[in-house]
Amino acid sequence: MSDLPLVELTSAACLAAITAYVLFGGADFGGGVWDLLATGPRAKAQRALIADTISPIWEANHVWLILVVVILFTGFPSAYARISVSLHIPLTLMLVGVVLRGSAFTFRSYDRRDDDVQRRWGMVFAVASLVTPVLLGLAAGTVAGGGVTAPGRRSFTEAYVLPWLAPFPLAIGVLTLLLFAFLAAVYLTVEARDVDLAGDFRRRALWSGGALLPVAAVALWLARDAAPWIFTELVEAAWAPVLHLLTASAASIALLALWQRQYRVARTAAATQTALIVSGWGLAQWPWLLPPTLSAYDAAAPTATLALLVGALTIGAVVLFPALGYLFAIFGRAASGEQRTANSEGPTTP
Amino acid sequence: MTDLLAARSQMAMSLGFHIVFAVIGIGMPLLMVIAERRWQVTRDAHYLELARRWAKGTAILFAVGAVSGTVLSFELGLLWPGFMEFAGPIIGMPFSLEGFAFFMEAIFLGIYLYGWDRISERAHLVAGIMVAASGALSGVFVVIANAWMNAPTGFTLVNGVATGIDPIAALGTPAAFPQTLHMTLAAYAATGFGAAGIHAAMLLRQRANAFHLRGLRVALLMAIPAALLQPISGHHSAGFVAESQPAKFAAMESLFTTQARAPLLIGGWPDPERGEVRYGVELPGALSFLATNDFNATITGLDQVPRDEWPNVRVTHLAFQVMVGLGMFMIVAALLSLVAMLRQDDLGERPLLLKLLVLASPMGFLATEAGWVVTEVGRQPWVIQGVLRTADAVTPMPGLVVPFLGFTLLYIFLAVAVVWLLRRQILGAPDAVDWRRRHAPLVATTRHE
Repeated sequence: MSDLPLVELTSAACLAAITAYVLFGGADFGGGVWDLLATGPRAKAQRALIADTISPIWEANHVWLILVVVILFTGFPSAYARISVSLHIPLTLMLVGVVLRGSAFTFRSYDRRDDDVQRRWGMVFAVASLVTPVLLGLAAGTVAGGGVTAPGRRSFTEAYVLPWLAPFPLAIGVLTLLLFAFLAAVYLTVEARDVDLAGDFRRRALWSGGALLPVAAVALWLARDAAPWIFTELVEAAWAPVLHLLTASAASIALLALWQRQYRVARTAAATQTALIVSGWGLAQWPWLLPPTLSAYDAAAPTATLALLVGALTIGAVVLFPALGYLFAIFGRAASGEQRTANSEGPTTP
Repeated sequence: MTDLLAARSQMAMSLGFHIVFAVIGIGMPLLMVIAERRWQVTRDAHYLELARRWAKGTAILFAVGAVSGTVLSFELGLLWPGFMEFAGPIIGMPFSLEGFAFFMEAIFLGIYLYGWDRISERAHLVAGIMVAASGALSGVFVVIANAWMNAPTGFTLVNGVATGIDPIAALGTPAAFPQTLHMTLAAYAATGFGAAGIHAAMLLRQRANAFHLRGLRVALLMAIPAALLQPISGHHSAGFVAESQPAKFAAMESLFTTQARAPLLIGGWPDPERGEVRYGVELPGALSFLATNDFNATITGLDQVPRDEWPNVRVTHLAFQVMVGLGMFMIVAALLSLVAMLRQDDLGERPLLLKLLVLASPMGFLATEAGWVVTEVGRQPWVIQGVLRTADAVTPMPGLVVPFLGFTLLYIFLAVAVVWLLRRQILGAPDAVDWRRRHAPLVATTRHE
């Protein structure tokens, strides 16, 4: 067991859990954003589709975040402790968002239809869905930008506020929000029952997908000064051109497929694009957990712990993936055999 | 308010809030599953309606439990980075396992709640069983992590640094068995009496209501064995605490002086400055028996503990009295209910018993809260018994009173919202159309009616 590259495996598991959280949990937040921005003659239908899509799965999707936290504090305890100290304020605000989003969504689902109370819960759900991803991205951006350092003798503002209240973390926050919204819109085109509704989310997906490009460019430009260790890797590393090529292809295919109303192709491409963006961040930051001071090797827990953790994650995955597959098989329209073409309205059973 | 006190208050408040929902998340799925199984066997539609209403309540409460649990997983680091840095590699294992158990619970709860008309009857019941099993399991794993804080194992302390870390040995902390058994039984007793009390209250209004009669019986089916087994588990726990955490045990019973044939103190108001207790009733030798099964055994008092390592004696003692007192009341309620059920009485015609059950309704939850106060306050000043002081684990971040007040307000708001929603939705007239649209198994109802 000790011959295995345990630090690398644990880091990879952490990155995989982050990716899964972005792909699934992130899209649920994105759904809340589109609830907030629901407009036009079908606003009500848009909200209903979002609610029906995320109701059965959001709690399971949310557990990926807890898994990330658990891997961090078990495998890299000193990194977890430092992140918790430096990012106390944004993480606390993010938690408030997590609590309000989840509970308001549930309260709305189980309350009576069409009254003021329900609309108010809906508003809480939607606003929390908008704010939480920004804070999540902000925290990730602060880590990537080297903002997590010992508080030392600095003033309160210098130690606990300025590291995250900076252009680069903010740009990553906005990027995260856009990415979540884009994913949600793409997924919803597949889930929508009628063509008009799918079209609404197609437009939203095209806009948010298109907006990703300039925001990503700004973030990269800011990284040049704010996160030079990442910027250098993204420009100079041997794998960098391959990664950029793959990401750009996935992004182009996603937008093109959306344009052509090939929603399932778009969904696969958008998910691939997102996974590549997250992996690219992970690769570029490696081996730093908290650049530029704490590497994964320095932060790693003892071998006995890592070996058990990797073992538990492996066994856990064996149990988890079939169960998750079952969940999505039951509730995903795509997987339930319901075919929908551009001309058909409603489900047709095979 | 110092930052340390603010951090402790925030942690206590967050745990105290979450534990209610965690307990319900363990107990309610079992009730749902029993009711659904009863329906499948008897085809008595009341049981199906019970399973559905309980599921609806579970859905609301589980969501709040899930998000407040997330808050806790972050707060461990946000408030106690020193603790997590030390303990993470040692007790990360039960937390990882809990993560997967929680995953399974969330997945199968989604399937249970929204899958009535999408999967077979059998698969639906199995999904419910998975929710109940993984809910209980995730509780067990979290309590193991806490048990380790009371009886740390699986490492060697060298100059304040943990070496020779063995996470398997940490999982095997001797506190794990007594604590997980006690907490799991507490969860079933609390939820069982909680539900029984609600149905009892409804029966007091409509004595012949078949729906509430069945609800009451299923709830009692879970509450009675849990409440009756709890004193055995409590006795075992007490013996373990007396041995491994003498300071906590002495504080629980305000035993200031080490003595043989130590008395069990019922009630009483301890004065730690003078080392006296006023207004208590003493049962000679009973404390020695509780700890060791021997009436004459010598029990360590607080005089053997350095003064700066005393927990808050008043709080620990009072909480222990409250827990035991409530536990006793639930045992009486369980015995009377058991007799009535064995005699096949019509429970609707036993108003006195119904009133007793209404009274017992919140007691399991209050006893659980009191028990956690005993465990946590009784361990102070340590966060890891004998290894790490709470004061050394707290974050250096100043101004912690702000997040404490913020989360307190947030949780008060949520608590009010949940109670209001449950009253409106579960107790009030159900909005039948919406309810059926959302949960009714179309096939099932047509088949039955």
